[in-house]
Amino acid sequence: MFQATKRDVRNKNVEFLWRLLFLTMTVLLVLPVLIILATLIVKGGPAISLGFLFLEPTNGMTEGGIFPALVGTLWLVAVALLISVPLGVAAALYLSEYAPDNWLTRVINLAIINLAGVPSIVHALFGVGAFVLFFGFGTSILAASLTLAVMTLPVVIVTTRESLLAVPRAFREACWSMGATRWQTIRRVVLPNAVSGILTGVILEVSRTAGETAPIMLTGAVFFLPFLPQGIFDQTMALSLHLFVISTQVPNVPEHLPYGVALVLIAMVLMLNAASIGFRVYLRGRKKW
Amino acid sequence: MANDEVASRAAVSPRTRPGRRADAARHVDKDRLTLDWYQDKIVQVVVFLGGISAIVFIIGIFLFITREGFSFVVEKLEITEFFTSIRWQPTSEHRPTYNILAMIAGTASVTGLAMVVAIPFSLGAAIYISEFARGKTREALKVLVELLAAIPSVVWGFIGLSLMNPLIIELFDVPVGLNVLNAGIILGLMAAPIMTSIAEDALKAVPDGYREAAEAMGATRWQVVVKVVLPAARNGLLAAVLLGVGRGFGETMAVLMATGHSINIPDSIFDSVRALTATIAAELGETAVGSDHYQALFTIGIFLFVVTFTINLLADLVVRGVRKG
Repeated sequence: MFQATKRDVRNKNVEFLWRLLFLTMTVLLVLPVLIILATLIVKGGPAISLGFLFLEPTNGMTEGGIFPALVGTLWLVAVALLISVPLGVAAALYLSEYAPDNWLTRVINLAIINLAGVPSIVHALFGVGAFVLFFGFGTSILAASLTLAVMTLPVVIVTTRESLLAVPRAFREACWSMGATRWQTIRRVVLPNAVSGILTGVILEVSRTAGETAPIMLTGAVFFLPFLPQGIFDQTMALSLHLFVISTQVPNVPEHLPYGVALVLIAMVLMLNAASIGFRVYLRGRKKW
Repeated sequence: MANDEVASRAAVSPRTRPGRRADAARHVDKDRLTLDWYQDKIVQVVVFLGGISAIVFIIGIFLFITREGFSFVVEKLEITEFFTSIRWQPTSEHRPTYNILAMIAGTASVTGLAMVVAIPFSLGAAIYISEFARGKTREALKVLVELLAAIPSVVWGFIGLSLMNPLIIELFDVPVGLNVLNAGIILGLMAAPIMTSIAEDALKAVPDGYREAAEAMGATRWQVVVKVVLPAARNGLLAAVLLGVGRGFGETMAVLMATGHSINIPDSIFDSVRALTATIAAELGETAVGSDHYQALFTIGIFLFVVTFTINLLADLVVRGVRKG
């Protein structure tokens, strides 16, 4: 009784073709990157060893390992987190718990968007002008980490705000109606319910911070240091800058070395991201409301 | 514990003193002066300071980069020449010149090519993920796109240098593989995941009722997408493209490593160029603080800041348009 007209058949075919086209586009978007990852693993894999991870670069950075760069990246990330997480969480608390819907809040939101959109090299210039010169920290871990902290602040704010907003309003209202102050409500009800979401955001921020190069190369990270940093006023090596240096600035580096560094860097970043995503999926499954 | 305290405080009758009975507001304030009240107020102030930190930083960025480049901009900069001459010769002994047309051309050509690569693929992928993919496939694709967006730019630069460079030399038989084509593709691949997620958000924001209404009228999925979803998400998609442009414009390490870094107005996609951002990254470390060269680099920074700020503002206005419409 219901027979497909010519028009229906044509529509169906058109639909199929478009669907195929979009699928192809999606695959083409993802495919090059998978190829790149595979190449990094094939070419960089042989370079990875315990010695590579735990030895210093030797012989003009053409041999040896990446230990100082790894340690330097840990320093930079840790100090940046100490600065940006409290600040970012405070900002997110303000935006989700206190901020009225007025011009100031709109300006804050606009500032967050813009802070995320400012080119990394402009952040670096800011770091040089403000932290290195004006505040007199010199080129140091502190200056570089402050720069990174400002740069990744929007990531913390946005992810934290989302996890705070995900806590149902009724939870807060129940608490207020018991006579609790705003802060008591936040500390005992809102934060405990949002803390895992905030953690997801922090992991994401770690991965962003670890991969950045431009902001640190002018503010605290150096090409080569024969010793490990002892405190926040020392300069340091960093993994991302190390990759740049041995692939562009140092002659006669054997091919497997930069591939190895790239592999370590990308593995670190992707694992952190995967952890963040996995954590988020797990939380979504566990949520009781 | 704290809650008990609150409850007990509420039970106590307000402290009253004869002379103050008339002033009800102040009398209530007095009653609230407990530890909890102070704590609450202090937190409110701290949190507010955190809240305005983003504004402080944005203004701080502008002030500090302007401060470093200020005397150069005021005393030595000739705006027209700065933007219309290609001569960037900071180390010339006779007469160093600092003009950025070549770098603008470099940045524009690379970003332009990147958008040619990224726009169709990211919009196509966004449409597929949002409108056609279902269930597990969709989740997997979203995760994959998110992971792609996380690859650090220095790794992309390294890929341009070590994988794309020999590939381009071999495929197109050109002497140098570090050029507009290389950087454009790399930048396109970098920008595409971000544009995909923003575009997908824009498509997701179109109410399902629109789709259901169209399907009830007998439209196929494809017709729904073209006639209903895309027009409704137009502004969000435009914002995605704008943010992609902003991202390409401001990218530093990847273009530093993949463009060839030579001052040149490109004639073809096989010419090496140099980007604004890359110039700062490569040269600032070697200049004396306060020198003309140093200040000229900060001037480029001011220019970059103003342009990206404008792009972001524009994208925000466009998105706002979609919320109101």
